[in-house]
Amino acid sequence: MSLERTDVEKIAHLARLAVSEDELDSMASDLSNILDLVEQMNAVDTDGVVPMAHPLHMVQRLREDAVTEVDQRDHFQSVAPLTEDGLYLVPKVIE
Amino acid sequence: MYSKSIAQLSAGLGAGEFSSVELTKAYLERIKAHNGELNAYVTVSEQAAMEAAEAADARIRAGNGTALTGVPIAHKDIFCTNGIKTTCGSRMLDNFIAPYDATVVSRFKEAGAVLLGKTNMDEFAMGSSNETSFFGPVRNPWDRQSVPGGSSGGSAAAVASGLCVAATGTDTGGSIRQPAALCGIAGLKPTYGRVSRYGMIAFASSLDQSGPMTRSAEDAAAMLQVMAGFDQRDSTSAQEPVPDYAASLNDDLQGLIIGLPKEYFDEGLDSGVAASVEAAINEYRQLGAEVVEISLPNTGLAVPAYYVVAPAECSSNLARFDGVRYGHRCDAPGDLEDLYKCSRAEGFGAEVKRRIMIGTYALSAGYYDAYYLKAQQIRHLVSDDFAKAFEQVDVIMGPTAPSTAFGLGEKADDPVSMYLSDIYTIAVNLAGLPGMSIPVEPVAGKPVGLQIIGNYFQEAKLLNVAHRYQQATSWHQTFPADYE
Amino acid sequence: MQWETVIGLEIHAQLATKSKIFSGASTAFGAEPNTQACNVDLGLPGVLPVLNRNVVKMAVKFGAAIDAELGRRSVFARKNYFYPDLPKGYQISQFELPIVGKGHVEIVLEDDETKTVGVTRAHLEEDAGKSLHEDFHGMTGIDLNRAGTPLLEIVSEPDMRSAKEAVAYARKIHQVVQYLGICDGNMQEGSFRVDANVSVRPMGQEAFGTRAELKNINSFRFLERAINFEVERQIDVVESGGEVVQETRLYDANKDETRSMRSKEEANDYRYFPDPDLLPVELDDQFIESVASDMPELPDAKRHRFSSEYGLSAYDSEVLTSSRALADYFEAAAKVGGDAKVAANWVMGELSGALNKEGLDITQSPVSAEQLGGMLQRIADNAISGKIAKQVFEAMWAGEGSADEVIEAKGLKQITDSGAIEKIVDDVIAANPDQVENYRSAEEKKRGKMLGFFVGQVMKASQGKANPQQVNKLLRRILHLRGRGRRHQRW
Repeated sequence: MSLERTDVEKIAHLARLAVSEDELDSMASDLSNILDLVEQMNAVDTDGVVPMAHPLHMVQRLREDAVTEVDQRDHFQSVAPLTEDGLYLVPKVIE
Repeated sequence: MYSKSIAQLSAGLGAGEFSSVELTKAYLERIKAHNGELNAYVTVSEQAAMEAAEAADARIRAGNGTALTGVPIAHKDIFCTNGIKTTCGSRMLDNFIAPYDATVVSRFKEAGAVLLGKTNMDEFAMGSSNETSFFGPVRNPWDRQSVPGGSSGGSAAAVASGLCVAATGTDTGGSIRQPAALCGIAGLKPTYGRVSRYGMIAFASSLDQSGPMTRSAEDAAAMLQVMAGFDQRDSTSAQEPVPDYAASLNDDLQGLIIGLPKEYFDEGLDSGVAASVEAAINEYRQLGAEVVEISLPNTGLAVPAYYVVAPAECSSNLARFDGVRYGHRCDAPGDLEDLYKCSRAEGFGAEVKRRIMIGTYALSAGYYDAYYLKAQQIRHLVSDDFAKAFEQVDVIMGPTAPSTAFGLGEKADDPVSMYLSDIYTIAVNLAGLPGMSIPVEPVAGKPVGLQIIGNYFQEAKLLNVAHRYQQATSWHQTFPADYE
Repeated sequence: MQWETVIGLEIHAQLATKSKIFSGASTAFGAEPNTQACNVDLGLPGVLPVLNRNVVKMAVKFGAAIDAELGRRSVFARKNYFYPDLPKGYQISQFELPIVGKGHVEIVLEDDETKTVGVTRAHLEEDAGKSLHEDFHGMTGIDLNRAGTPLLEIVSEPDMRSAKEAVAYARKIHQVVQYLGICDGNMQEGSFRVDANVSVRPMGQEAFGTRAELKNINSFRFLERAINFEVERQIDVVESGGEVVQETRLYDANKDETRSMRSKEEANDYRYFPDPDLLPVELDDQFIESVASDMPELPDAKRHRFSSEYGLSAYDSEVLTSSRALADYFEAAAKVGGDAKVAANWVMGELSGALNKEGLDITQSPVSAEQLGGMLQRIADNAISGKIAKQVFEAMWAGEGSADEVIEAKGLKQITDSGAIEKIVDDVIAANPDQVENYRSAEEKKRGKMLGFFVGQVMKASQGKANPQQVNKLLRRILHLRGRGRRHQRW
């Protein structure tokens, strides 16, 4: 599978990564090489094989419905780039 | 002093031969002397270490010490440490002081271990050479022009050069075992679910697992004893009881059946490494083990499947780094899209971006079945290979890596050839099995690792098998020339 | 051309748990920004989700209530997209294997006909935070208190054919979740959110038209209006040769119109995949049985019981079971008061009127069910009349205490002593000789009406406290008796 510049642009947008014009070609070629490796998967027929999402055959454990966390806003916001009045600030969201 | 085992140090501390403060100071001095050339540590938490050492001495005096109390260790910089910078090897978290402790970190604190600092690593654990770290590559103590392996290269180099007694690492596709092999130390990746992932910054959630990196199997047993166990904060944490790992270390290996997968001894394996591994296998024959050839037919598919599953999960796991609540934020973003795209483009390095891109693509509409679902099906096949093998054998052995440590920069521009250096380790993560690497006879002065793979939750067996070999040999006691 | 409307609803019901779906942070409404967002809710590096048992229980209850197939094995998936109120860059939801499968509810339409509406599925997911758009130097503020609050998203089949049907269905789901006690149903606070998928097609055509998704609807009234507006708009578009675009449209209640969301029209690609941090949820028989044994009486069953047990009309039963809180109130009042029919009249009459006037719901009533019941007791034992009761009710509403306290404090106890009443009656008769004369000379069939005047005068003189039945009886006797007696005397 060989990716075009436009494919790279589309994927980069989905992943929210800025990619400069001159990065596009090298990225397209790197990604295409990786996809060539990945496509070696097609060598085997997997019809009827159950996909394995998890290594262990366990089921979800359930937590009791209890409030166990206390307010740590100041502590958590000490690592935030920009806050005001306890809110995280971002450039204006247009709806 | 730097060659002492955890048990020896613990005994010395208990007997008052030396204090944890003295021990910690000595290690901090050694870090000062050598970290510049090795770049093994990203952060040295000197003050916190001294405070912990004092507290440990008091605890030992009071007779409340554990096997780890007062013992200086290091954590891979992927574990969140409350109040201490946690970078994950990335510019994205260059200034991130974690506001909480990972479960692994809390457990070592409770045991009274002294944290010397945080070790360097490939950015977000994505790499096999430690060259993707934002903080520069780690150098191999055996040959500073060579890579230490990755992604837990900082921990491996620190243990190998005696800049800590033991360290933690994490392993998503070989990131404990491969650097352990390349640096000549022991590294154990436990069964998926054995050690809590809470507070360990996620790369690929269904593959990530942390474990000990030590000089000996005996030390690894002491470290794993602290790390292993159920954690209610991790839904994927196993409720399996934790055995006493030290208790079975000396069990006899008479009648042990070792399987050698023929696929692990193919043309891709360096002949020197192959000879070294075969010599080690012969040692096991001497110890009473029976060796049989087995087949893991889907081995060749593991790397391709892994490079779908791991990037897919990482593309989602790393979406939280958006410049809003923590981490790098670009200057003066024009709008919201700009904030996301520039913060992430600036914060992540090339390899991380590549994997995010591949993963995003593999999950996107129209490609999900061909890539993601297919990879999960292959994962099942790979896992079945191992299940079949373990009907026949007790452990599986082979090389950890196809070659000894390669030169810095040698594979940096060729992602695919870099990916293939994990060819023998990746399948174990896909299946969720425990795997260990221990040093065997070096080739041309560079370490070689023997990989031992066990069945689910058979960590005690792996440690036992590794320990008996180390009782019969001394490769694990050899230090690199510059760090003797 | 004749057009047919096709509507399907997506309802997000916020589940009434104490803690969040995947963390131990509180879900209480109205806290200071970001004080109820713990490290898991903030998506800090390294955190992991652990599922709340109560959330699973509530979803199973809902499934049982709508007679749905339960997903014995359900899976949480990640829905990936970037938005500032979505801390992890993905929402944990359910995609391929939801916890509640196909089910159905019955709705009652205006003409008393019933219709079955299919529920396609209901799945669990986490809520996002809130973006506050008031100006922070031209920036938007993010509050993540709501992030991680559990939601049950209930998706209907496109079975509704009018705005009225859609409202009836939405009300039915609202009633069910409130009865189950799994959602407080507060639409203003966003605990119960309704999005409508609306399309039109020529009558008789089988294929669906292109649909628009209507959002930002926060009352049943607006739901009806939004759909009606949108149907008209779509018919206009098609009839003037245009094509309906598949899009999300916001309802603007002030302008009573829907408008296209301005955000870029990019095709969303959510890249769903199973969340590797969570394992499959398996419901075993024991869990399902424990939930089933804990199910409250559902609306339909309660309605039938009210009719049979209390002898209420179908209409009264329907009204009184419209919410569980109202039904509970009525039953408590009837139990204390003794007479269910009288209790029903008071609850639906005086009490509902007063609540409506003040914009309160039954849970906020200043008069408790016990207070109302206490007052009904006094009516039953003739301590007060129905008319005085209204005075007592007003006083209780104003917080002046129990019925007995009010009656005592205001001296409202009914006069039942026949001597005392006879004296007032005599006074009234003596004071109104003309009316007495008229009465006595009137024909028998007209007298009934004229008696009312005397009753009124007596009640007035007694400040409403005289027992009306006794007054009536006495007046008749005295007016008739003495009338005849006087005639005898005169003649």
